[in-house]
Amino acid sequence: MANTEDDKTLPAEPSRPQEGAGGGHGQLVRGDLSFHDITEMVSRHTEKKAPLAWYIAFAASLSGALLLLALLAYVVWNGIGVWGNNQPVGWGWPIVNFVFWVGIGHAGTLISAILFLFRQHWRTAINRAAEAMTLFAVVCALIWPTFHVGRVWVIYWTLPIPNQMEMWPQFKSPLLWDVFAVSSYFIVSLVFWYVGLVPDLATLRDRAENFWRKRILGFFSLGWTGANRHWRNYEKAYLLLAGLATPLVLSVHSVVSFDFAVSVLPGWHTTIFPPYFVAGAIFSGFAMVVTLMVITREVYGLKNVITIDHLEKMNIIILVTGTIVGFAYITEFFMAWYSGVEYEQYAFINRAFGPYAWAYWIMMTCNLITPQLFWSKKLRRSIPVMFVLSIFVNIGMWFERFVITITSLHRDFLPSSWGYFEPTWVDIGTLVGSFGLFFTLFLLFLRFVPMVAMAEVKGIMPQADPHHYDGGDGRAAGNGHAEGDGEPYIRPAKVASLEQPDTDEGEA
Amino acid sequence: MVWEENHPKDQPAMKDNPYYQNQWGMSIDLNTCTGCNACVVACTSENNVQVVGKEEVSNGRHMYWIRNDRYYVTEGDEGAEDPEMLMQPVMCQHCENAPCESVCPVAATLHSPDGTNQMIYNRCIGTRYCANNCPYKVRRFNFFDWTKTLPTEVQMAQNPEVTVRTRGVMEKCSWCVQRIRQSQQQADNEDRDLRPNEVETACQQACPTDAITFGDLNNPESDVVEEKQNPRRYELMAYLNTKPRLSYLGRVRNTNPRIEEALSSEQDADAVAAADA
Repeated sequence: MANTEDDKTLPAEPSRPQEGAGGGHGQLVRGDLSFHDITEMVSRHTEKKAPLAWYIAFAASLSGALLLLALLAYVVWNGIGVWGNNQPVGWGWPIVNFVFWVGIGHAGTLISAILFLFRQHWRTAINRAAEAMTLFAVVCALIWPTFHVGRVWVIYWTLPIPNQMEMWPQFKSPLLWDVFAVSSYFIVSLVFWYVGLVPDLATLRDRAENFWRKRILGFFSLGWTGANRHWRNYEKAYLLLAGLATPLVLSVHSVVSFDFAVSVLPGWHTTIFPPYFVAGAIFSGFAMVVTLMVITREVYGLKNVITIDHLEKMNIIILVTGTIVGFAYITEFFMAWYSGVEYEQYAFINRAFGPYAWAYWIMMTCNLITPQLFWSKKLRRSIPVMFVLSIFVNIGMWFERFVITITSLHRDFLPSSWGYFEPTWVDIGTLVGSFGLFFTLFLLFLRFVPMVAMAEVKGIMPQADPHHYDGGDGRAAGNGHAEGDGEPYIRPAKVASLEQPDTDEGEA
Repeated sequence: MVWEENHPKDQPAMKDNPYYQNQWGMSIDLNTCTGCNACVVACTSENNVQVVGKEEVSNGRHMYWIRNDRYYVTEGDEGAEDPEMLMQPVMCQHCENAPCESVCPVAATLHSPDGTNQMIYNRCIGTRYCANNCPYKVRRFNFFDWTKTLPTEVQMAQNPEVTVRTRGVMEKCSWCVQRIRQSQQQADNEDRDLRPNEVETACQQACPTDAITFGDLNNPESDVVEEKQNPRRYELMAYLNTKPRLSYLGRVRNTNPRIEEALSSEQDADAVAAADA
């Protein structure tokens, strides 16, 4: 990169509250940054060599992903019996992991679509990474229902492909609804993410010096020039996609919950599932965003963009959704008692006091009790506290799916068919491997894609306000461009001085 | 549109489906069942049900299509050491309102025109949702390829009338559909209707006390029709509205304490007899 100026440095630590227009209250970007500083802070990570921590994390993650690949081959070669599934527990860890990962994949599109429609400007700092996380989580999720079927080589029979036998899928099955719900969610999320990326990819293209980098980015930035017409079409498309994605955020986990709710099994057969699952998904998704953002902002020096205020807002959402989920747990118990159905009552007593009581109480502790600490403003603004709590939440949410899937199945109607589920080493290996795949994809994203939506962050900065340079009295102080903060629109900043020394933190 | 023309349901062959003429049903009399497990053995050899070995049975992967549920009965705390044991053979109940059928994403399990719940192995992709949703837990999944590793002589011993299942598919009691179809074809060849009680399932045939009755509910002369009119008849977990085609005749236990006492020991019986005299 051409660096002509030496004296420009970017503050990496959250600095003093900014004075002047837009400062203080409602200040989303800290540190007195110009538009160009934002470009520089974000783009440079895709252009320079990755920090050592990235390589260490990537090596670990890639090993995990390869482990997953090897173990899935092992499952396909030998049969589902290498997992712990049995009779009566027909769905074991694979389905637990599926629901877990789909749940994680909720926050991204919620942040980018629903918060966009509600004009929550704070979403801009985190939406790109959260959406990427969503896509990767859905990829991880899709592995499970695919490979947990007995004959994966005919999995395409679940798709409505015209064939000479006139044999269609069975549209009454919730599993089929899942196929449609998750795949449309994935496709719409991917398109939404990509459309949001176009202006930023064009920025990278304009900065690219390597011929091939320019060509590849040029291809993906769809000839974006930043013309007014482009922006108009872009804004319209983005709004429409947000409108399209919003119902999907709510529908996908509702449909996943139908896998359980539509059945006759005590513990599954309950109408509370769709809202309870959606709340749980948002809960776990936000927790995962917090976990990832806490590390990312530290390693990549983005503390002025992804501020403590952003994290606090996410923690409030975790508190709210965690409480909704906890309320749902208690409602389920009430309904079991109130229904007067002895199978239902037994299912819930068995959850809390049966052979899997340990899983139930892990779930209750991590999902209902520990997030209550976020009532304290001090705790929800503390990085170590939120980091630990967000990991707790995801442990709790994994156990929630474990409790729902496995404890309901292991003892149902006829005691003669009761059983117990124990995971095998393949179960554990594939779960670990799916985390490996997730972090591999996420690290590749951090390396090659602008991890913050630069164009959108610029749009919510005080300078973006047409009256920012007026001094508030309507008298223009500059030419309407970046004159006001003394920074020409295109001037490369000094990269070396932006480097962060703090690369010792592990990621995976 | 390819899916609108000549739909199978509009074909004459479908409309005149001979299978509609018979509606199969079964009744199991728990009074006469002794729990000898002959039905389990008969089913295993008739239907090529694979024996998976001790280890996999303890892992919950056994393949039996019919099982004998045991219930232990005590009066209060008394006799907890040596409870009375009651038996109930359980196989696929062939629900008319089957929970397994509606959840299969590929329609691999459906209802036959003659009222049995069928499993189409070729279509099954092995999601195991049907097994989860079966309240009777009678569905069996091929967690491994049990048949591929069979020694040649055991392969030769398999029943040629019954498909051998591959790894990754679900299976369950078919009410010996191969026997039903064979009898129907024979009757057709002989240009006659099926006789009452002509079709016997393997479990029924093996039952030494004739506890199992199988037959055509459409034929008033079938034994099963008579059995179904018995006031002791009940359906397993009928409250789930699964409407099983299989019904049980409830066991009548004689709870007169004096008679139970009398049966328990000869001395007591003599004493009771003396007192009555």
